[in-house]
Amino acid sequence: MIEFNNVAYGYGGRDLLTEISLSLNPGSFHFLTGPSGAGKTTFLKLCYRELEPTAGQIHLFGQATRDITRDQVAELRRKTGVVHQDCKFLDHLSVAENIAMPLSVAGKPMDVANLTELMAWVGLSERADALPAELSGGERQRAALARAVIMSPDVVIADEPTGNVDWDMSLRLLQLLIELNRMGKTVIIATHDMHLIRQAKSQVQTRVLRIANRRIQQAGVDL
Amino acid sequence: MALSLPFLKTDTTIHDRIVPPSGFTARLTILTAGAMAFLAVFALTLSLATGRLAERWGGELARSSTVRISAPSDQVAAQTQAALDVLATTPGVQSARALDSEEERALLEPWFGPSLPIDTLPLPVLIEVIETSDGYDAEGLRLRLAGEAPGAVLDDHTRWRKPLVVAANRLRFLGVICLILITGVTAAMITLAANAALAANGQVIRVLRLVGAKDSYIASAFIRQFTLRGLSGALIGTVMGLISVALLPNTQASGGFLTGLGFQGFEWLWPFVIPPFAAAVSFFATRFAANRTLKRLM
Ligand SMILES: Nc1ncnc2c1ncn2[C@@H]1O[C@H](COP(=O)(O)OP(=O)(O)OP(=O)(O)O)[C@@H](O)[C@H]1O
Ligand SMILES: [Mg+2]
Repeated sequence: MIEFNNVAYGYGGRDLLTEISLSLNPGSFHFLTGPSGAGKTTFLKLCYRELEPTAGQIHLFGQATRDITRDQVAELRRKTGVVHQDCKFLDHLSVAENIAMPLSVAGKPMDVANLTELMAWVGLSERADALPAELSGGERQRAALARAVIMSPDVVIADEPTGNVDWDMSLRLLQLLIELNRMGKTVIIATHDMHLIRQAKSQVQTRVLRIANRRIQQAGVDL
Repeated sequence: MALSLPFLKTDTTIHDRIVPPSGFTARLTILTAGAMAFLAVFALTLSLATGRLAERWGGELARSSTVRISAPSDQVAAQTQAALDVLATTPGVQSARALDSEEERALLEPWFGPSLPIDTLPLPVLIEVIETSDGYDAEGLRLRLAGEAPGAVLDDHTRWRKPLVVAANRLRFLGVICLILITGVTAAMITLAANAALAANGQVIRVLRLVGAKDSYIASAFIRQFTLRGLSGALIGTVMGLISVALLPNTQASGGFLTGLGFQGFEWLWPFVIPPFAAAVSFFATRFAANRTLKRLM
């Protein structure tokens, strides 16, 4: 599903990540941890081809990411739901419209009942007509999660999805991601939150990737 | 569940609104498109009117001249025949014939009334000369006529007609140049406005791409917006221009010599080409700008 082959990436010549070789299988559940600035967001950006590796190869859905067209990138992104660390929206459209945006972009019909259910699922029913700027940090993250999953993508990537929410809401968001994983989706979550990882481990088979010394290591079973 | 989704009837309404509204740029684009369409109406009027003028002065009607025979009455017939013989052998003369007295009466009637006793007046004989499209050599003809029929005088219209035809054709050419320039300026203006809109909406484009938007989806939203602006501006400008042209004083009444400046007959349909043409120009200009910008914002 996601395959890295001796990948390196660096901003402006200095390597941030090197010698990364790994393979994330369909239906797997991964956590990505590491100190701030280690390169978690950078790694995830490589996973949805916002960035191209400076060395090595990446295959997404069996397709090499080098030298593909912009339209092919768009197709890849439709199969990958992303909750960005800084959740970006179209600020002049309502929350509901932003959540429905991937459908419009892909030319898919909108099922209002579906959207209503999804918004209830992330607890944003009351905020459908609000503008993104009017949301709290946690509400933005929930809206971003709803937008990430509305297309029922094969891979869900979440960059610090619980960064701005209380523990109860964290558990709820985690529950959503676990449910998605049980539906067969591949899930990758970047987080600092060890409690969250422990909580997940009690429910599903997860693997933890840790970025240290510019490399990604598979962390031990016990944390 | 109390969930009201006023803008979510279909997904196309989202597509229509992904470019944030910008009242100022929109109004400015519409205004400029309107001004250009207004000018285009006048350039079109100029082209069509001068075209008519050139046609009238260069046409069959204007390719006639006259030879007037003023001679003592016993020589008139002989000199007329001599002049006709000369004309018959002049290259560039298609036909020549003497007007009979009925035709002369018709010519004079506007000035002297229908009861003119034409037979008792010492009127000159008029020979109508129709030239071929190449025309004849007026100086040579004049010399030969002077030799054969001393009472013959050639009234040659080409001397004043030709420069007028040239001037009219130049004016028409300038009108066409104006139309081309107006098209170019409109295209440039729309390209600049679309470029500005694309640059100002870099964030929107980035977000759309992150959720899987292809270039065509992003570009068509901008293209739609600017095509509509170009179309509506041009519609307003064309209508204003047409009203102005319709209000021009009618020169037709003051004599058919100068053609009217406005549109005549089917020509009134021409200005209606302007709005769809402006829309097409806006469409291609925005597509050009969008494709360029989207390629650059990789
Ligand atoms: N566009 C960029 N240009 C230059 N340097 C960058 C850019 N983006 C990130 N970096 C640098 O790369 C390093 C890794 O950034 P990254 O965002 O991947 O870290 P992270 O592990 O996600 O951190 P955090 O936990 O704080 O989110 C940081 O030192 C950051 O300053
Ligand atoms: Mg990060």
